[in-house]
Amino acid sequence: MYRYDEFDARFVAERVSQFRSQTERRLSGELSEDEFKPLRLMNGLYLQLHAYMLRVAIPYGTLSSQQMRALADISEKYDRGYGHFTTRQNMQFNWIALEDTPAILEDLAKVEMHAIQTSGNCIRNVTADHWAGAAADELADPRPVAELIRQWSSLHPEFSFLPRKFKIAVTGAPNDRAAVKFHDIGLRLHLNEHGQRGWEVIAGGGQGRTPMVGVTVRDWLPEAELLGYLEAIIRVYNLFGRRDNKYKARIKILVHETGAEKFRDLVEEEYARKPGSGIEVDARELERIEAYFGGPNFEVLAMVQPEFEQDKLRGREFARWVRANVSAHQMPGYAIANISVKPVGGIPGDATAAQMRTIADIAERFGNDEIRVSHHQNLVLPHVRQSDLHEIWQVLQANGLGTANLGLIGDIISCPGLDYCALATARSIPVSQALSRRFSNPDRQAEIGPLRLNISGCINACGHHHVGHIGILGLEKKGVEFYQITLGGSSATDSAVGGVLGPGFSAEEVPDAIETIVDTYIALRMDKETFLQAYRRVGAGPFKEALYAAA
Amino acid sequence: MPLLNQREFKADPWTFLDTSEPVPSGGDIVVPFERLVSDFKTLMLHDGQLGVAFPNNLPVTELEPYLQRLQLVTLDFPAFTDGRAYSQARELRTHFGFKGELRAAGNLLPDQLGFMQQVGFDYFEIADERFSLDAWLDAATSISLSYQPSFTSRSQMPISTARGLADTSAPDAEDWPEQPHYG
Ligand code: SF4
Repeated sequence: MYRYDEFDARFVAERVSQFRSQTERRLSGELSEDEFKPLRLMNGLYLQLHAYMLRVAIPYGTLSSQQMRALADISEKYDRGYGHFTTRQNMQFNWIALEDTPAILEDLAKVEMHAIQTSGNCIRNVTADHWAGAAADELADPRPVAELIRQWSSLHPEFSFLPRKFKIAVTGAPNDRAAVKFHDIGLRLHLNEHGQRGWEVIAGGGQGRTPMVGVTVRDWLPEAELLGYLEAIIRVYNLFGRRDNKYKARIKILVHETGAEKFRDLVEEEYARKPGSGIEVDARELERIEAYFGGPNFEVLAMVQPEFEQDKLRGREFARWVRANVSAHQMPGYAIANISVKPVGGIPGDATAAQMRTIADIAERFGNDEIRVSHHQNLVLPHVRQSDLHEIWQVLQANGLGTANLGLIGDIISCPGLDYCALATARSIPVSQALSRRFSNPDRQAEIGPLRLNISGCINACGHHHVGHIGILGLEKKGVEFYQITLGGSSATDSAVGGVLGPGFSAEEVPDAIETIVDTYIALRMDKETFLQAYRRVGAGPFKEALYAAA
Repeated sequence: MPLLNQREFKADPWTFLDTSEPVPSGGDIVVPFERLVSDFKTLMLHDGQLGVAFPNNLPVTELEPYLQRLQLVTLDFPAFTDGRAYSQARELRTHFGFKGELRAAGNLLPDQLGFMQQVGFDYFEIADERFSLDAWLDAATSISLSYQPSFTSRSQMPISTARGLADTSAPDAEDWPEQPHYG
């Protein structure tokens, strides 16, 4: 993975001392809260309901064991002994004191981490396929380009006060695991017949109160032109994006109101001026970065690992975990081990310091020292030998990390909701916990099959409810929380925004309602049809009837 | 209003005229954009330098017909969170090659000064007198490196250049060359 050179290190160190001085000026009263706010936000510090929250950037979700341990240490030293993995592959600490923040940033800088641009109206921390460099279907590892974008966007002087936040996601695989159509800009790698790399540039996607699937602005952009083209798009957005209404300020509204064709013309016109000479992607620089992402020196292993096959036969639970949580690797004899951070009844994405250290140890021992955070709020060991999986699983099991529910109904995505978030209209964590308990039986989960259940505590959709196969949105009316259900969303290659089913339910009614939906699906599914496939075949009708007709 | 450049506060030698104030017989004057457009025939003959105060909600291409005659452009930050003038400044410097004085006015704060210098501003109208000269200059120079080679202020070095220098390990590698600056 990428390592800072002396210049990256100096840049971050200067940024930390800059923030130390800003914090001191705030604490002394020289800066008002209004003036301090954009400064702290650009350093990832939010003021939540009960305390400050610090969001640490995990660029494209890649972490080393050392970095994971540093997060564990910070959670104990400055927080309450746990941290929260977010849907943007970052980590949030929810109980932070303002005066501690510079020291935390210093601790992070020691392990080549920071919180730059994890919030604020700027280019946010770039996300990528969490199986990058490992997935069997991958054309190329997207992370060198993601790192290039990270560096280029760091304290970009022109784009630090955009109309609204700006999120970029990158994937190097045909199966979209980075939700590139739901980002302000999504980049998808293609290879032409000569094996040259080009990027499909998608803009204007997003969730929030107006979910939209992004539009392709360029089918095939030569890699060398990438940064210049990104600048053209963001410049058009900076100049023309709406600033009169914060709910209409994202680029998706600009694309929508201007029209995709006209927007494309604006971007191409701006790009044709070649505004950023000196911004062509320097091949040597990309090579320098790429060298860090070589992956481990894979051993030549047999396709079939007898030990691993025997382990699966020996224990049903291990076999179940393998079926749910282990994915195909590019290299024979290797595997991608996904660690569910969704134990039954737990808070999705929360990990204790001890769990973080356990994972760091496993990664160091078995996994080339590499850990990934997925936007499903889970963790990944991208490069492990199949023959080590049983031992890995045992350690995970012993530490509450062995839940076999990846991509199943228990693998719920949930935002923090009203338990932490100042913007929330309803609680989301207790609802996700209740659902996780309701569907705790692993056999039942396996029987239901692939199903994404996503919960947000307000219309801002941080819990990605629009793209859940089943989405739950917490709302409030006259002081009473209620939950709206959507069906049919997806953030994968078959992207779609879910449709609202009908009137909402109280928190207590939600588990029954979801169970009714699931039972309806099981009753009507054909062959091996997944929930999403069945929904797309039959539409909302049967589900509506099952839910509302009886009442 | 004190005027700040890269080093110091100084008195503003320019006279700002609103839409109706009479044009003096000489001296350096700044007019609002509407007036530049409506009175350009007479303004272009003015005996002195000419500047314009341009709003942040119009495309700077509208300035193109006048740029030859302009020695100063003031761009507006109605709120520090409204960053349109960063792109306008960038466009004036790089696309139109504007070499005159580029001023930032409005709601300016020390922590934005560095960004403003990076996109090509060289003068700042400071309305807010809370901050000392040191506060402004320290904030503007607190980040000595830039990841954007084409956006580098005088006190910065592009990281790409720094990396190149480190590679060659030339004996004078520590001696940073003066960076080209827009204007
Ligand atoms: S969706 Fe709403 S409640 Fe949930 S984290 Fe986002 S803003 Fe907060």
